[in-house]
Amino acid sequence: MVLADRPSDVAAGVPMLLQGWGRLRPTAAMVSRPERPADVAELLMSAGRRGTLARGLGRSYGDEAQNAGGRVLDMTRLRRVLEFDRGKGLIHVEAGLDLASLLRYVVPEGWFLPVSPGTRFVTIGGAIANDVHGKNHHVDGGFARHVRSISLLTPAYGIQRVGPDRQPEIFWATAGGLGLTGIILDATLQLLPIQTSWMHVGTEQAWDLDDLLERLANRAAAHRYAVAWIDCLAHGRRLGRGIVDSAEHATPDDLRGPAGTALTFRPRTYLTVPFTSPVCMAQTPTCRAFNAGRLLLSWARPQLTLTQAARFFFPLDAIGGWNRLYGRQGFIQYQLAVPSSATGVLEAIVETIATQRRATALAVVKRLGEGGPMLSFPIPGWTLSIDLPAAQPGLGRLLDEFDAMVAAAGGRVYLGKDARVRRAAFEAMYPELPEWLELRQQLDPAQVLRSDMARRLGLVG
Amino acid sequence: VKSALRDGLGRARSLLVLGGGSDIGIATAQRLVAAGTERVILAARAPDRLATVEAELRRQGATHVRRVEFDATGIEHHQELLARLFEEEGEVDVAVVAFGLLGPPGPRPAHRGAVEALTVNLVGAVSVLLPLVDQLTAQGHGDVVVLSSVASVRPRPANLVYGSSKAGLDAFCLGLADSLAGTGVNLVLVRPGRVATKMTAHLRPTPFTAAPEAVAAAIERGLRDGARIVWVPPAVRLVAFALEWLPRSVLRRLR
Repeated sequence: MVLADRPSDVAAGVPMLLQGWGRLRPTAAMVSRPERPADVAELLMSAGRRGTLARGLGRSYGDEAQNAGGRVLDMTRLRRVLEFDRGKGLIHVEAGLDLASLLRYVVPEGWFLPVSPGTRFVTIGGAIANDVHGKNHHVDGGFARHVRSISLLTPAYGIQRVGPDRQPEIFWATAGGLGLTGIILDATLQLLPIQTSWMHVGTEQAWDLDDLLERLANRAAAHRYAVAWIDCLAHGRRLGRGIVDSAEHATPDDLRGPAGTALTFRPRTYLTVPFTSPVCMAQTPTCRAFNAGRLLLSWARPQLTLTQAARFFFPLDAIGGWNRLYGRQGFIQYQLAVPSSATGVLEAIVETIATQRRATALAVVKRLGEGGPMLSFPIPGWTLSIDLPAAQPGLGRLLDEFDAMVAAAGGRVYLGKDARVRRAAFEAMYPELPEWLELRQQLDPAQVLRSDMARRLGLVG
Repeated sequence: VKSALRDGLGRARSLLVLGGGSDIGIATAQRLVAAGTERVILAARAPDRLATVEAELRRQGATHVRRVEFDATGIEHHQELLARLFEEEGEVDVAVVAFGLLGPPGPRPAHRGAVEALTVNLVGAVSVLLPLVDQLTAQGHGDVVVLSSVASVRPRPANLVYGSSKAGLDAFCLGLADSLAGTGVNLVLVRPGRVATKMTAHLRPTPFTAAPEAVAAAIERGLRDGARIVWVPPAVRLVAFALEWLPRSVLRRLR
């Protein structure tokens, strides 16, 4: 592991400002882009006192993938497919591979991701480190449930192969572990068999929040995929109105088109936001009209439609850099999970947000099933996510109040989206934190793995 | 746990006030603690006198308050003091440079007082800013708040010493702020008009006089917005504009 034959900046890194998808205040780190797993080990072991952190495509919203004053390893060059068993749908890939590339590779062979988050621009490593969930969590659980094994590089033990049946406690501390238990180098994933790349989508309208939650629960009970969209600009009697979508992977019988297009994955980005708007563009009267229009349109359209999988799973990816629309000061995506019985909390939060005119165009509600242990976010019940421009006065205090309600109901906020939760609230939300900290201490006794989020939440000294 | 980091909404967890006994320094600490800052270091000439301030900050929710002795004119100790504070206290999210002397008034100020004011306001401030910025860039994030003044825009005969000392500091900070691009560190330059503090208690009142609390509120907003220059109250920006463009014949007669 000698790096002397390569340009020195590869080893030392390049100073860069890093920020999350929410475009909040950046911090500076030395960024290296390792090309081989051996480089990663070398860079990890030679970390300075401000430590090292692996980063993927930077889609976590807050400060999770930043390491101010330290070293950050951009993992996106480690993106090879190492092995693909086309019969069993088992794929072994490097951790820096993104989901979009993976799908382009496996969809033509009749396989799909078992869990698809809201964007395809995340890496496998990031998907595991956040134990990301999709619109099918109530059926299939989180991303980590479909991972058979990973190669984990830890400061204490070097490279280890771990999985749900091999050192499960290390594996489950790493799933949702924010990159702080070790660096994921590669992973073997069980894919989902599909017959076509189309989705059979059912849409219905809900005219208030109770109606919406009831319809969502019914849809989720009957379908693999279910998601509800709330028009957050509506309030009063129309509070919580929106659309509920449910879907299944379409079979060849469902298709009317030519059979040749049955298995394709060629999503497009139609438009890229060319610059950051000085103010938030997602709260304007135009948006209100757009929301109302969308609701009416869905009402007028047929209740069952065929949609390409990319469009169903990753609608926002059609607009490149959509996060720039939230203005110069960025935004917070507040995502919470509460048990099924705590609909009162959802209602209180949606009502506060809507009546204070704080929310941007849309909020999303999903059902969650049984989640992973430790720091994995999902718990059985509901999850709600709302985009909120960071420039709003008093937002910090309001979200602290929401945190208290969520924690009291036995819920939690999603760290992959977080940039502001208080340490005390976080500790109340994740009761398995002491066990996780103990494992982390074992795997990284010198606290080499560090991040801004870890510092903020007191996960490192 | 010592470490801290400003959150995504700009709320600092740990604060260092150089000039921690000044009215603006105290008001800023109280304002930020009320908004959630947990750790405060007050560096002041007479830290013993700040026991009640410490108690008040703790009552408002600060979990850790430390008072240390700091003399703006003790230039040879500044580097060592800051290195020690960062080493012992962990990260600093926001550092406020809030010390200053008004100095003797008028166009022919007392020699000794003039030199002393310039030493504190300009030399002392630069002397802490340089090591401070080194520490903050090493941690890759942070904010420096520097108290300049509207008087820095154009010193008049009536405030020759104070105005020119702040003008020097202001110019230094503008250049320093530009040098910080890409480091994760931001410098907020605060230009208040007259502020009702111990320093100005003996002067006759003027329009646009602000309370220290108003300066603190403006600092909090500036930190949240990542501002470069903060005017307090905002209207003094117009005063500064007028001062800049007034003909000399008028300006020199202003009291």
